[in-house]
Amino acid sequence: MSPILDIRGLTVSLPKQADRPYAIKDISFSVNAGEIVCVVGESGSGKSVTSFTVMGLHDKRALTPVAGEILLQGDNILNASDAKIRRLRGEKMAMIFQEPMTALNPVAPVGEQIGEMLEIHTSLSGSRRKAKVLQAMRDVHLPDPEKMYHSYPHQLSGGQRQRIVIAMSLVLEPVLLIADEPTTALDVTTQAQILSLIKELQERRGMGVLFITHDFGVVADIADRVVVMQNGEIVEQGPVDQVLGAPGHPYTKMLIGAVPSMTPPDRAEVTGETALSATHLNKQYGHKGMFGRGRVVDAANDVNFIVRRGETLGIVGESGSGKSTVARCVMRLIDPSSGEVMIGDTDIATLREDKLRPHRRDIQIVFQDPYRSLNPRRTVGQSITEGPVNFGVSQAEALERARRLMSIVGLAPEALDRFPHQFSGGQRQRICIARALAMEPMVLIADEAVSALDVSVQAQVLDLLEDVRDEFDLAMLFITHDLRVAAQICDRIMVMRKGVVVENGPTAEVFSNPQHEYTRSLLAAAPGHGVFDKETA
Amino acid sequence: MAETATPASQAAAQPSVWRIALRNRSVFWGGLLLVIIALIAVFGAVFTVDPIAINPIARLKPPGDFGLFGTDQLGRDVFSRVVNGARISLTVGAAVAVISIAIGLFLGLVAGYFRYMDAVIMRVMDGLMSIPAILLAIALISLSGATLLTVITAIVIPEIPRVVRLVRSVVLTVREEPYVEAAIAAGTRTWLIMLRHVLPNTIAPLIVQATYVCGSAMLTEAILGFLGAGIPPEIPSWGNIMSEGRTFFQLTPWIIFFPGAALAVTVLAVNIVGDGLRDSLDPRIARTMR
Repeated sequence: MSPILDIRGLTVSLPKQADRPYAIKDISFSVNAGEIVCVVGESGSGKSVTSFTVMGLHDKRALTPVAGEILLQGDNILNASDAKIRRLRGEKMAMIFQEPMTALNPVAPVGEQIGEMLEIHTSLSGSRRKAKVLQAMRDVHLPDPEKMYHSYPHQLSGGQRQRIVIAMSLVLEPVLLIADEPTTALDVTTQAQILSLIKELQERRGMGVLFITHDFGVVADIADRVVVMQNGEIVEQGPVDQVLGAPGHPYTKMLIGAVPSMTPPDRAEVTGETALSATHLNKQYGHKGMFGRGRVVDAANDVNFIVRRGETLGIVGESGSGKSTVARCVMRLIDPSSGEVMIGDTDIATLREDKLRPHRRDIQIVFQDPYRSLNPRRTVGQSITEGPVNFGVSQAEALERARRLMSIVGLAPEALDRFPHQFSGGQRQRICIARALAMEPMVLIADEAVSALDVSVQAQVLDLLEDVRDEFDLAMLFITHDLRVAAQICDRIMVMRKGVVVENGPTAEVFSNPQHEYTRSLLAAAPGHGVFDKETA
Repeated sequence: MAETATPASQAAAQPSVWRIALRNRSVFWGGLLLVIIALIAVFGAVFTVDPIAINPIARLKPPGDFGLFGTDQLGRDVFSRVVNGARISLTVGAAVAVISIAIGLFLGLVAGYFRYMDAVIMRVMDGLMSIPAILLAIALISLSGATLLTVITAIVIPEIPRVVRLVRSVVLTVREEPYVEAAIAAGTRTWLIMLRHVLPNTIAPLIVQATYVCGSAMLTEAILGFLGAGIPPEIPSWGNIMSEGRTFFQLTPWIIFFPGAALAVTVLAVNIVGDGLRDSLDPRIARTMR
C-alpha cells in the first residue's frame, strides 16, 4: 500500500541573514492511511515548517523548498500550481492550528464557516450543505448542533472552538489531517478530550494524521509512529513503542528524560518560620450595577494558605481557576477585595502604595513570558540593578551583586551589558530569576515561570529554582497548570477551580490519594500518564 | 553550565530610532528638502531685498527684471516676501508640533497610567477636540490681537487631544507588560516607571504624529493668514501674501502662485518624511522593539 503522504529528501532554505542555512534539511518520512505520525521537537526544530510546507502555507518570501519532493497520494505538491494546491487543501488535506480563536472568523457564525468549505469545494444545494454541516458537528460531539450552528466563536469554550475547527477541516473528508500543536492552547482536561476525538475520527475514517507537538506526553497518548526533529533534521523515527521505550539517539533520550515524572520525590516536611500567609483572601472582578445588576466574578474565593521559608507551595489549576489572581493579589499588583496577606508580620493587603513600597522587596515574582518580562530597551544589568538601587543600594554594589547572581543563575557576568533580545527564552528566564533574587526577598512567586519553555530548558530552570530556594531559604509560591512540573518541585499543593481551593495537601498525598473528584480528573487527563508513569499506575 | 548570549547577535545596543529612520529613502530625501527650506528661511534675509520696501514705480510687474517672482500691487519684491514668509510657516509648524506633543505627551501619560485621571482628562479632551482651530483663532485674535503667539496657541489647542489619545493608547497597552509589573514589584517609584519604562515606547509613534501635526499647522496658519485672521500684514507670511494677491489674481497670478507653491512643497516634504517614518518605524517597533 502506498503512503498518503510521502516526504522525500525535503530541504527548505532560510534567507541569508538567518542563523542557519536550512529550516529543514533532507528530511524523509511518510504517513500511511489509518496512521497517526507525530513530529516532535523543541522550538526551532523545523517541525512547523514541515507542516506548513506540506500545506503550501509557508512564508514564500523567506522559505524556499530547494530539494526533495512532497508526494500526496503520488502527486508532487511542490510542483503543483496555486489553483491545484487550493483545491487539494480541504479536499485532500486539511489543517488544524494551535489557537482555535484566531483560526475562526470572529464575525461569522461557526456553522456558516464550516459550510463555507462546502460552498467553495462542492456544488451542494443550501439545504444539503446545512445537513452536512450539522452531521460534521455531530461527528465532533458538539452538543445541540442546531443551536450552535448560529453561535459566534466568542460564545464557545476553547474546546468547543477546537471541535469546530476540526469539523471544518474534516467536512470534506480529506485523506490527510495535519494538526499543528492543536491542544497546546487548551486546558489539560480539554486536551485529553480533543486528543481522543482526533484518534476516534482518524480510526473511523482511516485518515492519515500528521501531528505536530512538543509534548512527549501527547506523543505517548496518540502516536502510532514518531519522528523526532532537532535543528531541522530528523534524528530518529520509528514506531512509538520503540522510540519511547528504547530511544536510540541521545537527543531523543534527553527529551524523554526531561519529561517530569508524575511521581513526586519523597520530601521531608518543611518546618521553617512562616514567610507568607493568606487568610480569607477574596478577589471579585466587575461590580454590581446601581440597581444590583451587573456581573460579579469571584476570581478568588476565601483562599487560605501559608508558605514557610524553604518550602514550595504549588497552586495548580486550569485557565480561569484563579491561580494567577491569587499570585497577583499577594504581589499587590492588583488589590484584593478582602482578606489578609501577611508577609512576615505585616498585613500588606490594604496598605497604601507608599506604605507598601518598603515591603515590596520581600516578595518578588517571575512571570510566564520571558520575552515580555524584560524591558527591551534596557540592558540586563540595568534591569537587575533597578530594584536594589530603589532601596538605597549604591550602583556599584548593586552591579557587584548582579554579577554574582548572574553566575548563580548560570550566565556569564559579562552578559550584563547586553540587551534582552540577545538571549534565548530560557536565558531570559534565568535573568528574571536573578532580577528577583537581587532584591533579597523572603518570598519568590513563580507564575507559570517554566510554561513557555522547551522541555529540556524547563528542567534546567526548575533545577535552578529549587537551588536558589534552598540557597536563599526562600518561601516559594509556584503557580502552574502542569501537574508534572508541580509534582517535581512542590512540597505542598493547592488545587484551585473557579476561584475556590478544592484540595490542599502534601504533594505525595495529593498525587497518590486525591480526595476531590476534580483533582482525580486532572490527574487522569495528564498526557502520557499511561506510558511515563507506569510505576504509579 | 555558564551560557553566554548567542554570538550571532553580538551587536551591542539596538539601533537608535533616528538611525533606523534615516535608512528610509523618503525620510532621507524629504528631510533633505526640509533642511534646504529651513536654511533658506534662516539665511534668506541676507540675500534678499527688504520684503516690505514699497516701490511705486515697479507695481504688479511679472517675474523678470523687477525680481525673480515679480512684484505685488505696492511694488514689493514677491521673491523676498516668499523667502521671508518661510520663516513664519516653519516657525508655526515646528512650534505647534513641539508644544502640542509636549503637552499631549504629559496628559496622555497621566490619563493612560492613572485610571482615576483618565475619565477627567479624556472628557476635557473631547471638549477641546470639538473646537475648530480657525474659529478659535479668530476669537483669540479679536481678544488679544494678531501675534505669532496667538496664532500658535490657537492651532495648538485643538491638536492636543489627538496627541493625548495616541499616547494614552500606547500607555494602556504598555502598562500591562510584565516588565512594568516587575518594576512595580521592585519598588520603583511611579514617576520613574513612567519615565523609564513607559515613555520610551511612545517616542516612535510621536515622531510620526509630530510630522503630521507640523504639516497641518502650516496649512492652518496659511488659511488664517488668507482669511486675514493670522499674522499681521506687515510681517509677510505665505498666507497673507496670498491674501493680498487675491484681488489681482487674474491679472497677476504670480503673487499667489509662488507662496502657494512654496507652501505646497514644504507641506509635501513634511508629509513625505512622516510617511517614511511611519513605514520604517512601525514594523521595526513590532519586530525588534516590541
